[in-house]
Amino acid sequence: MDLAVTSRLSPITRRRLAVFRGNRRAWVSLWVFLALFAVSLAAELIANDKPLVMRYDGQWYVPLLVDYPETEFGGFLPTGTDYHDPFIGEQLAENGWALWPPIPFSYQTLDMQMMHPSPAPPDGRHWLGTDDQGRDVLARVIYGFRLSVAFALVLTAGSLMLGVLIGGIQGYFGGKTDLIGQRLTEIWSGLPVLFLLIILASFVQPGFWWLLGIMLLFSWLGLVDVVRAEFLRARNLEYVRAAKAMGLPPRLIMWRHVLPNAMVATLTFVPFLFTGAITTLTALDFLGFGLPPGSPSLGELVAQGKNNLHAPWLGITAFVSLSLMLSLLVFIGEGLRDAFDPRHVQHGAATPPRRQTDA
Amino acid sequence: MPDASPLLRFDSLSVAFDGVTVVDNLSLAVRRGETLALVGESGSGKSVSALGAMSLLPPNARVEGGRFLGDTDLARLRPREWQGLRGGRVGFIFQEPMTSLNPLHTVAKQIAETLRLHQGLSGRDARERSRELLGQVKLPRPDELLDAWPHQLSGGQRQRVMIAMAIANDPELLIADEPTTALDVTVQQDILALLAELRDRHGMGMLFITHDLNLVRRHADRVCVLYNGRAQETGRVADVFQTPQSSYTRTLLDAEPRGRPAPVPAGSPLLQTRGLAVSYARPRRLLAKRPPAFEALCPLDLSVAPGETLGIVGESGSGKTTLAHALLRLTESRGEIDFSGERIDRLSGAALRRRRRRFQVVFQDPYGSLSPRLPVSEIVSEGLKFHYPELDTAEVERRVVDTLRVVGLPEDCAARYPHEFSGGQRQRIAVARAIILEPELLVLDEPTSALDRTVQKQLVELLRELQRLRGISYLFISHDLAVVRAMAHRVMVLKDGEVVEQGDCRAVLEEPRTDYTRRLVTAAGLSFQNSRFSGTD
Repeated sequence: MDLAVTSRLSPITRRRLAVFRGNRRAWVSLWVFLALFAVSLAAELIANDKPLVMRYDGQWYVPLLVDYPETEFGGFLPTGTDYHDPFIGEQLAENGWALWPPIPFSYQTLDMQMMHPSPAPPDGRHWLGTDDQGRDVLARVIYGFRLSVAFALVLTAGSLMLGVLIGGIQGYFGGKTDLIGQRLTEIWSGLPVLFLLIILASFVQPGFWWLLGIMLLFSWLGLVDVVRAEFLRARNLEYVRAAKAMGLPPRLIMWRHVLPNAMVATLTFVPFLFTGAITTLTALDFLGFGLPPGSPSLGELVAQGKNNLHAPWLGITAFVSLSLMLSLLVFIGEGLRDAFDPRHVQHGAATPPRRQTDA
Repeated sequence: MPDASPLLRFDSLSVAFDGVTVVDNLSLAVRRGETLALVGESGSGKSVSALGAMSLLPPNARVEGGRFLGDTDLARLRPREWQGLRGGRVGFIFQEPMTSLNPLHTVAKQIAETLRLHQGLSGRDARERSRELLGQVKLPRPDELLDAWPHQLSGGQRQRVMIAMAIANDPELLIADEPTTALDVTVQQDILALLAELRDRHGMGMLFITHDLNLVRRHADRVCVLYNGRAQETGRVADVFQTPQSSYTRTLLDAEPRGRPAPVPAGSPLLQTRGLAVSYARPRRLLAKRPPAFEALCPLDLSVAPGETLGIVGESGSGKTTLAHALLRLTESRGEIDFSGERIDRLSGAALRRRRRRFQVVFQDPYGSLSPRLPVSEIVSEGLKFHYPELDTAEVERRVVDTLRVVGLPEDCAARYPHEFSGGQRQRIAVARAIILEPELLVLDEPTSALDRTVQKQLVELLRELQRLRGISYLFISHDLAVVRAMAHRVMVLKDGEVVEQGDCRAVLEEPRTDYTRRLVTAAGLSFQNSRFSGTD
């Protein structure tokens, strides 16, 4: 199957893939990162305060998906069941069984039965300890990782689309379009993003999408210059001119002939956009202008570490998880950059001079 | 004159890249005071053998066999000794004068550098010697040019500076690797005459690498013909040209495009222009008046009949390509362009794009004009799919295969990518891309100049055949008069954007009326006694 996929790729892509694979550090980093992300995508199955499946009184229950009222299990309140309640625990032990996830806490579960005052140090119950509100740190890290990566993914994709579109139009048409476009982007990039976010935080309670939207307004600016330069160069290439002479409309020429070439410079930029997005989100959370309180966020963990120096596991966890994630991304980015670098490609596949058996 | 002991000697020299042999058992000798021409098509191993002998190849190359410069065994030299030899006893001139000078240093500094390295000259002495060298290579105003930057010089002037650097240390051997390929024909002659004069004055041996037999005939004493890394034939130029021994040499000698295009059927003109002109505005300096616009093309009238070929001839900078772009509406222009009864200079946007199907173009560089990311079938079918969206996939595929067959490409090439093809095959793909739209006019912008002679001949024959079968009109732009003669019914000679001379192709080339055309014809070395159309042989 692998063969079928690679043989459909163009030879240039195949050669780049080979170079990327040849870079062991980048290749391993990519897989480690993908594995971590896959694990964090299944965070609900790994760290949750509800059992995954349970059997009670000869009946099957799936608390993971369905909210059952406490009355189902012999409780008194018609509200959602707290499975950590000792009374419910006893009921379950007597009348059936429950399959718990490996970490029986979600990111916002307050552990009411702690042996130590919070923040509690790591032990068998909380593998990385708890934070100052008694929430499990490992669970928060897993959810926080997922949130950071998802945020960065959406932000990167969004800025990629905006940046390529705006940079492409400026570069391809050049002249007055370019001149006016460049001045507008310069003015726009003069706006202070962080202040804008802080001011905005006093008007609305910024959630995931709010933050994303505002950051998206500015994060494409870095891409514009790269894409514009590539399009400016490519529009004078002969095959672009040939396509123009063939009568293709600008949008087709840009899409089929110019964009694939501009993507090389753009894609090398992507991993760094990605790390930038994660860092910005973390910084905002650290300052308290980011995601709403209670959200699992690595920035908030850093802030807790700073406020609780007597609980070093908080700071260390935040540091290790952030630096691991960013290092992996930088390694992947380096690998990508090298794979797209024509000099590396030539070096990787030194071929003898072309032999001509001409037509 | 040539003395007997060889200056440079190869004893069954072989060069291989990663186990693939590119030069096989090459033996030759260059004597003092003589020019040995190494001739072959691209990829025949001419440059590789010279670079290999001087150990200038990348590390994955293996050079075997004996190579001697005078009494020195080049195979045993240590890196330090090489440094003294290259640029000292051996001078190099490379093909691309635009890139072989460092753009950040003045001429004086670049020449002085080799003088300092090999002779220890510096300061005033080096400058004095540099000035003398510039005089030797016949550059005008050497005092001013010493402080010129490379970008201020023309191609020919830069090549002269390169030559000055190559002879700066009185080398015994000069290796000239396609020294004139990037230059205009008239400049070529001057440069080669200069090289011959310097050779005689300093008693150097010269290894002259080229693909152009025309230059060999006039500027070399002996010639070695290479094909696929093997020497086909070595001997005195006169002998080889008169009585070629190997069949390959005969093909090469016979490769000059011959024959004439089919006669033009009568009809009203397909394309007509009146007062077509192109000018570029020059940038305005601060507080200065805007300088007058640069006239890239002065107003000109031309007309092309259906099935006719109009050749446009001129040196670089004469406005040939500008004319082509103006006709194709790829550049802003003034004046009327009348295409089969319609003023296409007034059209724009979608209306113009629909008309584009009827006038297509083939560009000069077969390596740059095909998108490297698309397979051949996509490249060829792209215009068809856009102009005829109603065609279904099977029909598009059928037409692509048909067209590829017409231009003489193998059938299995549709799924392959451009980089798998040679220059000649790529140019055929470019022709296929144009003719699949069944245009009435095809603009050919130097379609043969990046190709070897034998391939040029095949392409010219293909184009003529297409014209005969389909009655396409060509606007054929070239600086190569031999190709133009084989293609065009009429020619138009351009110089600095102005029409110098125009008329029937045969008449203009055989009896040029202006000095400029005469110079072009002489430089091209057209052999009229061989041509079949003159009727006098």
